[in-house]
Amino acid sequence: MDWQAIWLSVRLAVSTTLILLAVGMPLAYWLAFSPHRWKFLVEAVVALPLVLPPTVLGFYVLLAIGPRSPVGALYARLTGGMLPFSFQGLLVASVLYSLPFTVQPVAAAFAAVDRKLVEASWCLGVSRLATFRRVIIPLALPGVATGAILSFAHTMGEFGVVLMVGGNIAGVTRTVSISIYDQVQGLNYGAAAETSLFLLAVSFTVLALTYALQRRVWALWPMS
Amino acid sequence: MANELTCRCRKRLASGFELSAELRLPLAESPVTVLFGPSGAGKTTLLRLLAGLDRPDDGAITFRDSPWYDGQRAICLPPQQRRAVFLFQDCALFPHLTVAANVEYAARRETARRLMDVFGLAELADRFPRALSGGQQQRVAVARALAAEPALLLLDEPLSALDAAARARMRHDLRRMLLSGGVPSILVTHDRMEAVALGDWMAVMVDGRIRQAGPVQDVFRHPADAQVAESVGVENVLPAQIVSHHSGLLTVAVGAAQLQCVDSGETGPVVACIRAEDVALTRDSPRDSSVRNRLPGRVLSVIPEGPLARVELDCGVPLVAVITAQSAAELQLKPGDDMCAVVKTTAVHLTT
Repeated sequence: MDWQAIWLSVRLAVSTTLILLAVGMPLAYWLAFSPHRWKFLVEAVVALPLVLPPTVLGFYVLLAIGPRSPVGALYARLTGGMLPFSFQGLLVASVLYSLPFTVQPVAAAFAAVDRKLVEASWCLGVSRLATFRRVIIPLALPGVATGAILSFAHTMGEFGVVLMVGGNIAGVTRTVSISIYDQVQGLNYGAAAETSLFLLAVSFTVLALTYALQRRVWALWPMS
Repeated sequence: MANELTCRCRKRLASGFELSAELRLPLAESPVTVLFGPSGAGKTTLLRLLAGLDRPDDGAITFRDSPWYDGQRAICLPPQQRRAVFLFQDCALFPHLTVAANVEYAARRETARRLMDVFGLAELADRFPRALSGGQQQRVAVARALAAEPALLLLDEPLSALDAAARARMRHDLRRMLLSGGVPSILVTHDRMEAVALGDWMAVMVDGRIRQAGPVQDVFRHPADAQVAESVGVENVLPAQIVSHHSGLLTVAVGAAQLQCVDSGETGPVVACIRAEDVALTRDSPRDSSVRNRLPGRVLSVIPEGPLARVELDCGVPLVAVITAQSAAELQLKPGDDMCAVVKTTAVHLTT
């Protein structure tokens, strides 16, 4: 089994999930509570990675972070490195690719929190940010956990975007699914089977965990 | 400092309903104000505007000289800065927090502890809201609100989620709790008994407008117009003294007469509420003046109202009867007649 690729995928998935939680929660809050009339446009943009072929998404990301683009140029000036075919570049692509997997369940969970509880908290003199932390997050925790788990699993298995943006550099951009592809190309079916089984087990565990959370198999707290 | 709340604001809702409320509340004289009116009158909408949960289209709200909202100066304080705590109909307790954590949510620990002791919540401290009865949830909600040391309490039909028996019990407790905090309260209700039992001051709202405001008994006794009279429903609100308890019945003295009514455990000075429709008139003068539920009096005026007639009497206390125009004609009622008002025992409602 290609442990190097597995370790790389886990690092990529954990980093992506953490960034997505930080970026996705404010975005989900805005989508859940803003009365803005053009909100549907943002919703459509967030959902794009669900329907766009990974190669198309990867192509645009590659253009956007390339050394001649403003983003790429800025990155080069700040760090002296380049984003394409690097771990950081993969991270940018993965965050965009998994955005809907975080934002959609989290926004749904936020919207399901009883509006009166939020207003009650505001009236008691508690700020919007503190209300978010003390009322909305705890009550939406199963949704937040679902979003995090799905993003993790989705990043673990991604292939097309990684190939477009990161290529196939061992220890830098060769993730699990690319390693499997490599092994199959090299007719190394035994190794491919082992790695595939590992990915299957991870995916199943993660999905079982998600559905269990939604069914409240382990109640986090008693709810009315 | 003017210790009052003034509100003059307009708000049009998406449904087309338009609220245009003008109100001046003297906070010192009226610890508890009742915002009274039929459902759909805009009471909850007004309460939300006061809390800062919704923004008026135009107007001004001033609380103790500080502007909460001013359409012209573009001032609109967020709820956090108004400290007008809104109590929702269903209490809106945080389901993921225990009773103690709910009360302490926006309060200093000592304040919260003291209020939990006062409201008898100490033994419920570790329970979650869903394990509480409706009355207990209500007590927690009031304790949580008072613990935050608010400037104003806004209660939206606080007793409507309770069953009838609990409601009667809580009515008394609620008034005590509201007064204990020393915080002025505005309470929305469409229940006459609740208005009389809980309020000092009363504002009647009909079709998005405040039609009348004043001390509760004045509003009941002298409705400003027919619509207010119709919405308050009880024309006769009479101060009474309890005379005796006897086999489930209670006798009270109203003016010179005595009324019998169902005993529901009242003590002290009470108020007898009688709907004008429940007062019948007869010409027989009572042979014995101690006969109960008969009030001898003199007709002051007879006002025809379509098929009905509104008769005002002086029975030592002012009394209003609404009878059919037909019986008024048969009785040949005219001002100055001596009549006798008869009220069924079950038609007399006592409140404290």
